[in-house]
Amino acid sequence: MKKIEAIIKPFKLEEVKEALADLGIEGMTVSEVKGFGRQKGHTEIYRGSEYTVDFLPKIKIEVVLGDSIVENAIAAIVKAAKTGKIGDGKVFVAPVEEAIRIRTEETGDKAV
Amino acid sequence: MPKLLKKLSLLAVAGAMAWTSSVRAQDAASSPAAAMSPAAATSPAAAPDAAPAAAPSATPQQPDSVAYPPGANAGTATDLQWPIPADSTSVNPDGKGKVTNDELIANVAHNKVSINLVWTLVTGFLVMFMQAGFALVETGLCRAKSAAHVMATNFMIYGLGMLGFWICGFAFMFGNYWNGPVPIGWQPTLGQGLALLNSGWSITVGGKTLGLLGLKGFFLSPSVFDTAVFTLFLFEMVFMDTTATIPTGCMAERWNFKHFIVYGFWVGMFPYAIYGNWVWGGGWLAQSGINWGLGHGAVDFAGSGVVHMCGGVIALAGGLAIGPRLGKYGPDGKPRAIPGHDIPMVMLGTFILAFGWFGFNPGSTLAGTDNRIAIIAVNTMLAGAAASVGTLLTMYLVTGKPDPSMLCNGLLAGLVAITAPCAFVNSLGAVILGFIAGVIVVFSVFFWERVVKVDDCVGAISVHGVCGCWGVLSVGIFANGTYGAGWGGVHKLFKDGAWTILNNDATPATLKKYAELTGTGATGGWTDVGVTGILGKYFGAPAGDVSQFGAQFLDVCALAIFVFCFSALFFWLSNFFVKIRSNREDEIAGLDVPEMGVEAYPDFQLTDKTSPQIG
Repeated sequence: MKKIEAIIKPFKLEEVKEALADLGIEGMTVSEVKGFGRQKGHTEIYRGSEYTVDFLPKIKIEVVLGDSIVENAIAAIVKAAKTGKIGDGKVFVAPVEEAIRIRTEETGDKAV
Repeated sequence: MPKLLKKLSLLAVAGAMAWTSSVRAQDAASSPAAAMSPAAATSPAAAPDAAPAAAPSATPQQPDSVAYPPGANAGTATDLQWPIPADSTSVNPDGKGKVTNDELIANVAHNKVSINLVWTLVTGFLVMFMQAGFALVETGLCRAKSAAHVMATNFMIYGLGMLGFWICGFAFMFGNYWNGPVPIGWQPTLGQGLALLNSGWSITVGGKTLGLLGLKGFFLSPSVFDTAVFTLFLFEMVFMDTTATIPTGCMAERWNFKHFIVYGFWVGMFPYAIYGNWVWGGGWLAQSGINWGLGHGAVDFAGSGVVHMCGGVIALAGGLAIGPRLGKYGPDGKPRAIPGHDIPMVMLGTFILAFGWFGFNPGSTLAGTDNRIAIIAVNTMLAGAAASVGTLLTMYLVTGKPDPSMLCNGLLAGLVAITAPCAFVNSLGAVILGFIAGVIVVFSVFFWERVVKVDDCVGAISVHGVCGCWGVLSVGIFANGTYGAGWGGVHKLFKDGAWTILNNDATPATLKKYAELTGTGATGGWTDVGVTGILGKYFGAPAGDVSQFGAQFLDVCALAIFVFCFSALFFWLSNFFVKIRSNREDEIAGLDVPEMGVEAYPDFQLTDKTSPQIG
């Protein structure tokens, strides 16, 4: 099992969700985060004082999948989330030790 | 950008030229018609009718039961009659007596006073609603983690300030109202009950009486129990509360609530009332016309000085005493932005204030029968609008983006600035001084934040203090003499390029002289001109008047010095008994939970992302 963490632009969420659904992936966790990469922030003025806006709002999607569909899932996410402009985001993959479905107490691949 | 500027400036110049010539023609035509008659009953807030527009002459319309809905023209002698004792000789077939002349006079007089009372009360209710406006503006400009605390200061100031004003503020301010300088033939608009406010403390300097304090009406005692006095109390109390709530914006997010409670009582009891007595209570600033020849004395129609500049100066003293929020200034002394948490709230609050201002300014006639209220309301509206546009243009030029919070400050700055001159200027004057206020407020905000380094969360010092000062001075610049004849007991009579000044010393000889001068006899033909400023001539006055500006300048100086020193002393002294500043950890966490025990937004996860780094 692997966990994919994808940080994407907020308006791309629907597209990515549908792309994963087309692959048969039925579950994910989504959180609202903020971050920045190599793109720098910019300066604004509020009532005469400057302030820098470093962080930009992003969406983090976390999906845990069986090893067989990981590569397809990554490809789908990247294709759906890409705009070609700076700030598109990143995808991380990490191994998962165990997964348990709370309702039925199934474990392993059956729980994902 | 430069192209747009060029287009805008050409437009502005063309528009101003067209407007000026048309308005000047209007005013020139109307000023010969503005001859004042001394016989008309007036109040210090109202002059004999000098309406610039002539009534259209048409045949009077007859009541027509077909054309108008039933009851639309109701009102006959039956409504003025009441049953008379059975043994009376003058009886109508229906058993009721004929309406006598005295009864008719009594009815008409009662209705006049009633209209004035109702007007004053209803406009007072509008001004009370401004508390909501202030609360929304201030809370929206502060961070969410302290929203309940900022709201609570704006909420409790209503109760605390009112009680303070009831205890002694009103008495200090208006206790001696009846003995203030008034025009010849003045009558109180709210009824003779105001004669109860007749006791105060004055000193005599160089043969001149200087009123300092009123001394009647503590706790609205039985000695002043009268509907006129109570009406005045309600109206003046909501004005006091406006002053009281201005510093809560400047000192927000770090004010120890317990100290604020002490402040709430103090502000209602002392600073506003004492200074206010000097201008509105018949005190020495109002008397500076009859005493020292400074125009009509200090003229402040609805309180650019008494209410707004006073609040702004208290805010300045408080802001300096309490210090900036943690992290507001970096180690290099440069200010850091701490954005507010709800801009729509700020703008809603601003509109509520603008609405309430329709009570603030026109209500200050204390008379619904004073038709000047129409002009006051329009001037108020125009000045606010012009100021918001002034701020809009200034922000584009100076910062490149029109910060909405500054646009709100701009509208309010214009409203503050028009508050003193609203009855005395024409619409061009209102637009000009409003526009200037909109420009001033931007630079003022930058000045206090960057140069003096006082952390004013909402711009209270700039909007109310600085623009209030501009408003008071504007009376001495833009007033065009079409209202306020005899204000401050000073009648300024004009004829053939010369002025004659006649002070109202309440003697029959003076009354006779006045009737002579304004009459049609050999020595007559003088026009009683109202409050006029230096540039009054360009706005319709027969000539400008520099001495009025002198009175206004004295007014702002006295205000700045007295209110600042008095407030600074209070903040400094009170700090020994109740700490003015909240605890450092509480301020960082947000004052809602530590001081109020409740979060403003418990259902939301607050990010605190607008807070600057500390240290």
